[in-house]
Amino acid sequence: MSFKAKAFKFGSDINTDYIISGKYKFKSNDMKEMAHHAMEELDPNYYERVSPEGGILVAGTNFGCGSSREQAPLVLIHSNTLVVLAKSFARIFYRNAINTGLPVVECDTDKINEGDEIDVDLEGGVVRNLTTGEDIPFAPLPSVMAKLLADGGLAPHFRKHGTFALE
Amino acid sequence: MCEAVAGGHFSSLPRKKDVIRIAGKTIAEKIFSSHSGTDARAGDIVVADIDFAMSQDGTSALAIDAIESMGADKVFDSEKVAMVMDHSCPSPLEGVSAIHAKMRAFGKKTGVHIYDWGRGVCHQLVPESGKVVPGDLVIGCDSHTCTYGALNVFSTGVGSTDGAAAMVSGKLWFKVPETQHIVYKGTLPKGVYSKDLILYLAGLIGVDGATYQALEFSGPVIDALSIDARMTISNMAIELGAKAGLMKADEKTLTFFNERAKRNGTPLVREPNPQEPDADAVYANSIEIDTSKLEPQIAKPHAVGNVSPISEVAGLEIAQAFIGTCTNGRLEDFAIAASLLKGKTVHPDVRLVVAPASRDIYLDAMAEGYIQTFVEAGASVVTPGCGPCVGTHNGVPSDGENVISTANRNFKGRMGNSDSFIYLASPATVAASALTAKITDPREFL
Repeated sequence: MSFKAKAFKFGSDINTDYIISGKYKFKSNDMKEMAHHAMEELDPNYYERVSPEGGILVAGTNFGCGSSREQAPLVLIHSNTLVVLAKSFARIFYRNAINTGLPVVECDTDKINEGDEIDVDLEGGVVRNLTTGEDIPFAPLPSVMAKLLADGGLAPHFRKHGTFALE
Repeated sequence: MCEAVAGGHFSSLPRKKDVIRIAGKTIAEKIFSSHSGTDARAGDIVVADIDFAMSQDGTSALAIDAIESMGADKVFDSEKVAMVMDHSCPSPLEGVSAIHAKMRAFGKKTGVHIYDWGRGVCHQLVPESGKVVPGDLVIGCDSHTCTYGALNVFSTGVGSTDGAAAMVSGKLWFKVPETQHIVYKGTLPKGVYSKDLILYLAGLIGVDGATYQALEFSGPVIDALSIDARMTISNMAIELGAKAGLMKADEKTLTFFNERAKRNGTPLVREPNPQEPDADAVYANSIEIDTSKLEPQIAKPHAVGNVSPISEVAGLEIAQAFIGTCTNGRLEDFAIAASLLKGKTVHPDVRLVVAPASRDIYLDAMAEGYIQTFVEAGASVVTPGCGPCVGTHNGVPSDGENVISTANRNFKGRMGNSDSFIYLASPATVAASALTAKITDPREFL
């Protein structure tokens, strides 16, 4: 899998309330509708800016800290966020992203600026910054997570195998 | 079913050297070993048996959808699954009512335990239920599931799809975490409580100080704490990024479970199987904290790691105060708050909200006279549950207001208004501040 799109850059410790505020998760169970509020605490126009052509969300450390709400990766998917790059992720968000089919990559994001044209090669383990010409390598996903992602997430994995088939 | 994998052991990581293989184990490694049938070590990836799985009203709808999308129409064992309505009860919105109805229907269909309005916060109800015991492995679709680490249960928060997989199969994959060992030594000064201990640690190591790791808490200060106070510490392990916040089981732990069994009128689901760390357990890191000179602590907006001793923020005006949540809504918290509020009234410029963590705590607090004290002091006592912590009801602050709260999160917008400011503190500090309308050192009232 590879993705090419513009970078939308944020800072560190982006918590799940910033990705999607708790007040919305009780108003609706429609992720397409909720996606309009994705990241709005930090960028009220995130959905309008990202959804037409797709975007790559770029952050610092501890992306997705806070609650276990799976609405967080889901609203990113439905806002047409193709992949999230961060220096590190909070663990529940990281699992939720893989389980729902949102690719996440841990890499050095200092070399990416807002608006840079980015190409992410998941299998090749490299993020190419097409604007600066710089290549940023990353360690490939652990095989367990790569298998889940390849099946489209954990629910499709279970539908296919009936249980965990991760060997 | 793919039996060859279920409960099996495999790793995508380089094998550790044999010399480390014979070293001792942490609590986390022991619980993952007993639940995966392997010699589980930090870094290993295992599929482990789950003793109990839970979701709440913010996560159950997605979990039910995921279960259906997995092609399943039942759970692996309805006695080992619960769905709790706690975040938004009684329902303030049509959307919430629809979620609650969906949970009830799922309960009727599958037989899973349903806790309806007014029962309390999931993290109080699961330990109170007698359905988990020390040494268990529990997952919950709520990040504060780490609370039962105080009871020697490896409990951790997951998302709804992970929760669904566990509910359907009774299993989940885990990366066995490394452990940081936190030792609290010294004595606990007057006016300083377990909340201050965990806030201090959050300030020390930061909100990603334990990401991908487990925490083990020990030392004479922890030994001296009640179960209620220990749960406050484990509850906030996630605020440091940790997967679990574990403590050893002692007499107090076993007494807690035995008394709950007596009160529930049903025996514990199984014999406790407490797990202690080996003397030569391998830790990623150890931190020793001398608590003897610690002040009450405050986490300032908008991050839990933004912690100061109270002397640096005392005097700041507050408009709302909240005592409750899975962090500090237990009987001991109410006893402490009531001791400050007894015979007094909260400042006219302050709204005080109190939410018991469970119905049993509510009843006990009534029997002890604490609820009477709160109401006479001018508090709004709301339904057992999450109260205003999650921003859906029960006290959304106005623009520009400062709130002092016993909750575990002070993210911008957390209580439903992005233009308000949340300060986190112990029940004593919140009660003292409610009396003065300013952030106040509780030692002035003790």
